[in-house]
Amino acid sequence: MMEHHDHDHDHAHPGDHPQADPEVALLEQAVRELLIEKGIIEPEALQANIEAMEGRSAEKGAEIVARAWLEPEFKAQLLADGAGTMRKLGVDLRGPELHVVENTPRVHNMVVCTLCSCYPRYLLGIPPLWYKSFEYRSRAVREPRAVLAEFGMTLGANVEVRVHDSTADLRYLVLPMRPEGTENMSQAELAALVSRDALIGTAPARRP
Amino acid sequence: VNPQFRVGDAVRVDEREQGGHVRTPRYIRGKRGVVSEIRGPHPDPEKLGSGRLGVPFRMLYRVSFAQREVWPDYRGGPADRLFVDLYEHWLKEE
Repeated sequence: MMEHHDHDHDHAHPGDHPQADPEVALLEQAVRELLIEKGIIEPEALQANIEAMEGRSAEKGAEIVARAWLEPEFKAQLLADGAGTMRKLGVDLRGPELHVVENTPRVHNMVVCTLCSCYPRYLLGIPPLWYKSFEYRSRAVREPRAVLAEFGMTLGANVEVRVHDSTADLRYLVLPMRPEGTENMSQAELAALVSRDALIGTAPARRP
Repeated sequence: VNPQFRVGDAVRVDEREQGGHVRTPRYIRGKRGVVSEIRGPHPDPEKLGSGRLGVPFRMLYRVSFAQREVWPDYRGGPADRLFVDLYEHWLKEE
């Protein structure tokens, strides 16, 4: 039985908007063309970068979570020093540091960037539109429980909700709770239960 | 550079108005929190944002706020908290 479905663009979320602001798109185009015209960037390099960014998904993040579920020592390392653990795995952090926060039966973490859309892209891929929306950014800090309920997660009063606003040089990754009934599963099978939203903290890991 | 605050210290976020590339969200200015972690010196985003080097580096803290202090009408658990990453020059001793 699937109590919690995945929220990968299968329906509209609060604040989803279909496309970027046309003025912003025009500005981007103008800057891009100027940079290419002046020989500051190569169109091929730009394209390769865009493809690398778009090709990234939450798989890496899911793999890390599955491993943390299986290896207590790895989990302890990850929580103590997220960035260092990533470097050991050869993940390119590109600057910002990583801070991993763990969900437990008593604590639920969720991540937002109220200023823009900061998010660990190298682990999760491009942020979903709702993450960048004004509505999510303002409501996640103001009424996180109501936002979580709209995502299908209703938390009891005994659970402490912790919202992390990534305003500076830290990027947050949520380590969701391992679902019941997964005792005999392999790392790859476990990783398949971890959606991008579970890593943002707006969904639990799926039950098998 | 030594951090001015220690973990567990009560701090208040400065309420000043300031233009430019400020990474201190407005909603948290003037609020009281507790230092939960010291993350070391980082380039000053306000300087970086205007094309300068981010020097002098600023000490970065994770500061935790009780939701009920941030939003007096907050509806949710009394233990619910909000963590915001803030630079030292925006924090005052409480």
